[in-house]
Amino acid sequence: MSIDQGTAAKVAKLARIRVDDADLPALAQEFNNILGFIEQLGEVDVEGVEPMVSVTPMRLKRRKDGVTDGGQQDKVLSNAPDAREGFFAVPKVVE
Amino acid sequence: MAELNGLKIAEARDALRKGDVTSVELTEACLSAIEGAGALNAVVHKTPEIALEQARAADGRIKAGNAPDMCGIPLGIKDLFCTRGVASQAASKILDGFTPEYESTVTRKLFESGAVMLGKLNMDEFAMGSSNETSTYGNAVNPWKRGNDEAQLTPGGSSGGSASAVAADLCLAATGTDTGGSIRQPAAFTGITGIKPTYGRCSRWGIVAFASSLDQAGPMTKDVRDAAIMLEAMCGHDPMDSTSADLAVPDFEAMLTGDIKGKKIGIPREYHMDGMPEEIETLWAEGRRMLQAAGAEIVDISLPHTKYALPTYYVIAPAEASSNLARYDGVRYGRRAPLAQGDGITEMYEKTRAEGFGHEVQRRIMVGTYVLSAGFYDAYYNRARKVRTLIKKDFEDVFAQGVDAILTPATPSAAFGLGEMKEADPVQMYLNDVFTVTVNLAGLPGISVPAGTDRQGLPLGLQLIGRPWEEGDLLNCAYALEQAAGFVSKPAKWW
Repeated sequence: MSIDQGTAAKVAKLARIRVDDADLPALAQEFNNILGFIEQLGEVDVEGVEPMVSVTPMRLKRRKDGVTDGGQQDKVLSNAPDAREGFFAVPKVVE
Repeated sequence: MAELNGLKIAEARDALRKGDVTSVELTEACLSAIEGAGALNAVVHKTPEIALEQARAADGRIKAGNAPDMCGIPLGIKDLFCTRGVASQAASKILDGFTPEYESTVTRKLFESGAVMLGKLNMDEFAMGSSNETSTYGNAVNPWKRGNDEAQLTPGGSSGGSASAVAADLCLAATGTDTGGSIRQPAAFTGITGIKPTYGRCSRWGIVAFASSLDQAGPMTKDVRDAAIMLEAMCGHDPMDSTSADLAVPDFEAMLTGDIKGKKIGIPREYHMDGMPEEIETLWAEGRRMLQAAGAEIVDISLPHTKYALPTYYVIAPAEASSNLARYDGVRYGRRAPLAQGDGITEMYEKTRAEGFGHEVQRRIMVGTYVLSAGFYDAYYNRARKVRTLIKKDFEDVFAQGVDAILTPATPSAAFGLGEMKEADPVQMYLNDVFTVTVNLAGLPGISVPAGTDRQGLPLGLQLIGRPWEEGDLLNCAYALEQAAGFVSKPAKWW
């Protein structure tokens, strides 16, 4: 499997990380090195093996479906780069 | 008495109980050691006011009697732990200015037991790295040097600041986290002890997530006894982390008898690596001999899928990271990149993440995005999860044969120079974790114990791997190894 610049650009887009066109060839090369390393997994016979879901066999606990928290809008917003009138503010999304 | 900042937890605890020293005195000694250690760049946010306030409260509690073991002990806290009201930015530019409104469960437990926070410690960005060179704060520096060579060495990573601070006596102990070796590798590089407990022992709540199925917190200390004391204070069930184990926490320190007669110690043949320095092989053989002399039975074992652990890790960890780090979008916390006229929300995300994440973090997010993307999910991600099942089964099989613990080298080399790996392929850097990463994939406890030095005088560590939930037994094996190895060297102060 070889990654070309187009694929590298697509991955960057999916990851929402801006990559300059000039940097795409180097990025594609890095992907290829890492994926080349990962390719070895193809040698392993995994027929009939279950993919791991949880490393410790445990049943996740259930808790009551109740409101246990809330009423702290100011704290929730205190670290926002841009908060206005009790909301997170972002650039215009809808025309 | 040694300099106060040079004390171990157990020594300080006993001195505090006897009234020979106060927590305020211990704390002041550490704060002044930190002031003089700027060259190590280990402490990146200092919190002297908080420390002294906590120390005064601890002194009151100790005087009143019945204070817990950790009461009054000055600690450094890895920057990955969210600490209320104190900058917590995972050594990333994208979390610049982030001040949590909440406290991680592990630090809350430590502070409730009376521990003192001296400050936040340097690390690799989002715990992604093995040399502390991906930090937005710059490199942390190892207090050890190669003989008379001036070259600055890495303290390892990702908990590099923690390792450097403990080795240089800037604090009595520190918290670390370990996703693929991030406690054990830096502990080995700096001649200190570090334990990663069984997955689920320590709550992950409030620790900035890297790869949630692998991340665990643990203590980094000056010896095994301190690791036992501090680990006990850190672990326990937490309803805020659904993978936190609802199991009683034993008195780990009480289990340190040093008696390992009849224990079966496995030596995995797959851990003999081509090109491994002879000194590491010698140290490993020496460790084997020491445990045997202490009465343990040594058996050669096989963990056949070892070779696939690193490639498995480099699918699973980036996959989980790409999902966990999706939250850094410039909306809710941290930094937002400056936007141009007319930029929409997509440009905001893309510019913020390009500017805020460092190179290694970007690379891992994108690799993770790729292995999870439509068409590759089965070939990479699902296959890696299957191989992970096989890696865990390797360990289950040897434990079923009666093996109590497994002895391996902690790292494939001693600490290397800062910048020496700059031109190397990222995969070369990943090889640092070759002996530690299997333990995270299998969810097991693992401890690194300093056991000797190389010919340049740098510390080398051995790793012991234990059965799940049997940290007490593992710590006791490590204690026996520590007693036999008798490693007491300290770095010569140059900073």
